[in-house]
Amino acid sequence: MSIKAVISVIMYILLAPVAGGLMEGLDRKLSARMQGRIGPPILQPFYDLRKLMNKQVISVSVLQSSLLLCYLALMIFTGAIFFAGSDILMCLFVLTTASTFMYFAAVVTSSPYNTIASSRELIQIMTYEPAVLMAGVGFYLVAGTFSVAKIASSSTVMLTRMPGLFASFVLILLIKMRKSPFDVSTSHHAHQELVMGVKTEMGAQNLAIFTITEWYENAFLMGIVALFVVTSNPLSFVGAALLCAAVFFFLVLADNACARVKWGQMLKMTWLFTFFASGVNLLILMLIR
Amino acid sequence: MGISVFLILFPLCCAPVMYLITNDRLRAYVTYVAVGIIAAASVALTAQWAMNGAVPVMLYEETEAADHVILVAELLLMVLVTYLCFKHKKYWISILSIVPTLLIARQELSGAKPMTLCHIYIDHLSILMCLIVGIVGSLIVVYAVGYMYGYHMHRKDVRDNRRYFYMLLFVFLGAMFGFVLSESLLWIDFFWEVTSVCSFLLIGYTKEPEAINNSFRALWMNLLGGVALAAGILYFARSMNCVSFHKLIEFAQMGEVPATIAVTLIAFAALTKAAQLPFSTWLMGAMVAPTPSSALLHSATMVKAGIYVLFRLAPAMGETATGNVVVFIGGFTFFMASIMAISQSDGKKVLAFSTISNLGLMTACAGVGAHETVWAGIFLMMFHAVSKSLLFQDVGATENATGSRDIEDMHGLLYRLPMLGFYMFIGIAAMFLAPFGMLISKWSALKAAVDRNNILLVMFITYGSATTGFYWTKWMGKIISRSHETGERMKKDVTQKNEKFSLTVHAVMMIALCVLMPWLSGHFVDPLLVEMFGKFTNVLPGMILVMMVLIMCIVLAIPIPAYIYAKNQKTNYKLNYMSGINTGKNNGFVDSFGEEKKLWLTNYYFDRLIQPDKMMVYCQLLTAAVLAVMVSFVLGGVLV
Repeated sequence: MSIKAVISVIMYILLAPVAGGLMEGLDRKLSARMQGRIGPPILQPFYDLRKLMNKQVISVSVLQSSLLLCYLALMIFTGAIFFAGSDILMCLFVLTTASTFMYFAAVVTSSPYNTIASSRELIQIMTYEPAVLMAGVGFYLVAGTFSVAKIASSSTVMLTRMPGLFASFVLILLIKMRKSPFDVSTSHHAHQELVMGVKTEMGAQNLAIFTITEWYENAFLMGIVALFVVTSNPLSFVGAALLCAAVFFFLVLADNACARVKWGQMLKMTWLFTFFASGVNLLILMLIR
Repeated sequence: MGISVFLILFPLCCAPVMYLITNDRLRAYVTYVAVGIIAAASVALTAQWAMNGAVPVMLYEETEAADHVILVAELLLMVLVTYLCFKHKKYWISILSIVPTLLIARQELSGAKPMTLCHIYIDHLSILMCLIVGIVGSLIVVYAVGYMYGYHMHRKDVRDNRRYFYMLLFVFLGAMFGFVLSESLLWIDFFWEVTSVCSFLLIGYTKEPEAINNSFRALWMNLLGGVALAAGILYFARSMNCVSFHKLIEFAQMGEVPATIAVTLIAFAALTKAAQLPFSTWLMGAMVAPTPSSALLHSATMVKAGIYVLFRLAPAMGETATGNVVVFIGGFTFFMASIMAISQSDGKKVLAFSTISNLGLMTACAGVGAHETVWAGIFLMMFHAVSKSLLFQDVGATENATGSRDIEDMHGLLYRLPMLGFYMFIGIAAMFLAPFGMLISKWSALKAAVDRNNILLVMFITYGSATTGFYWTKWMGKIISRSHETGERMKKDVTQKNEKFSLTVHAVMMIALCVLMPWLSGHFVDPLLVEMFGKFTNVLPGMILVMMVLIMCIVLAIPIPAYIYAKNQKTNYKLNYMSGINTGKNNGFVDSFGEEKKLWLTNYYFDRLIQPDKMMVYCQLLTAAVLAVMVSFVLGGVLV
């Protein structure tokens, strides 16, 4: 591993939660403005986190915190593979393993709300997996390698070659970042028919671990969005930042503008969209190779 | 190298001995000794072969006496099948046995001496199969001793005919060794038929109407494959005067038409054996058999015979019409079977669908015919053999202990039957999670599919791994969920010592395979590919392995200390959230009449969306049409 890779992994480990937290703060602020409210300060998520850490530990299951820690570790590892410039497909496979641990942490409690929500979480994983994997395949077809470092230093802007794959990736970001209309297993808002979904039985430190992991995950996902634009040209980083901002704004807007759908609709819509947008995109990439 | 013959003959000799011993206890000891010898012999064969430089070994060029014995045995087999078909009034099935057997007999008696390199051929692939059959197979037989005891304890309605059961298991082991070690296609055909008949007899073991029905379905489908196999062999033998398996592949690679046709017909046969669509229903029906036979024949070894043949044919299938059809059938089966598995709550049925599904992925890997995909396929086969065998045995033992093999009844298994729950968890994790080898194989298969511009296979793998993850994960969730009967342990873990032994060895092998994967890849699978394709490029980047090791560390190192920490930490444990209608325990709530209701949590099965019976019919129609087109193309080629 090169020095550059080591530095970017360390940067990721240190800065990703900060970025994730800021994103959440910004999200709340933007949402509030969209709804005509003033909204909390941008740093509110960090205050919330500090409070969670200092609370009395209340839990319903001994196993939950260890499973959540595993989720956190695997998520950090997923991001580390990515920011070390390593294999993107393997990174996406590990992402699924991490999500599986999140499911375990929820289902282990045998609490009714949690169990239903965790089943939905599983459906979510199944829903986004094809789009995620196909995005990885798309990078490989355009850049000729799975290595994130090489993809990021190629001369083509990936987005121009894989618009369909990008569109389905943004669609599944709605699921991954728990935004309406696809926030069926849990959401950031108080309005959820399953109390707090998978988070129902998580309190104090456990909820803090969960929150930090989500921040890591969101930062990592934005990294993938950036990869669609980053090239060997340093100026492309500006483009990447703009794209991330645009995608982020779209996600928040969708969250505020859409009503939650049922899981069946989510599955059908996403799979069909992925099949046509990503599938056709892949087919074209294979044909012009 | 006489061990190779010993491996075939010894189990066959043990079989009648098993039948003759009436004392259960004595038979158990004889069984342990016999399978110990078989496992040791398969390891010894490997060692001896490795010591000689691990090069292909060809044995027995002249085997006239053996040929005659096999011919007689083949005719006897035909008589047996015909008798049973008439006894159960399934007259037409007997034709599928009579016609190919008589044709083969005519060929052998005609005096023509088709050329063959040798009769026994030992190379990397056959050694691998021998090890799977020898070690996994032996362990399953050990397990069977304990299992069948428990089985007849709780199934009083089934006649205790264990002598017969063990006899069949040993006949099967012998036939399986014969199958993977043979080079002469005529021998391969004979052993193929023997495994089909063993499977048929074992499925019908309970003699219940359903079992009989399913056994005949398995019989006709496998015999149909046998007809295709015999047709392929005979056509090849007639036109090229050769019955050597390796020569067949060489000729097919050179583009000789008769060899290509034979490859197509043999691939068709392999699809039936590997329970690919449209022939998947026989494997589902086979699940009525006692668990050891499901584990041994219908998951770990016999169905792998189909995959073994496809791997052998792989170099000849790459980029041909046959190859493309095999890829389509395999990929389609992988995806569809995994969807059907979602709707099942019977543990054994989930395992059966998942077996079909994984075999589909291996089939597709073979059909692509590139060395990267065969690399992936070989590893899929190894991991699948061990983990599926572990899972089948575990589900069987759980059924003997709790009286149910329904996944819903496995809620909290980890707390009620800790050992079985833990092993089941490992077995399932090995099927799809990082850092286990199945995942690396899937990675490699996906990469190879992209390299070959095979969009269809890419789609099948991406969607298929999503659905595969779904049904496995929800099962794992069931195992670790806190039990509805908190605090109450299971009545009793009735798992026998021999069953525990087999399960533990399997779990250890599972972990060992995972750790040894890089070594196996470099020292065994790479040379295997060189043998097969004559060339080799490193499939597995070292980086991936480093990652897998790190993930292994995370998964092993974090939960245990974290668990100990959490246990000692001052935590305020509360009841689950139930909108304030708790009863004081976690397994109930207060309903609107103020009465206590029991809480029961279940998984999603999508039973309105997925109707396996209906889906199966459509899938069968589609794949049957594709196969029909393939076969008619090939036969059309002959006529023109």
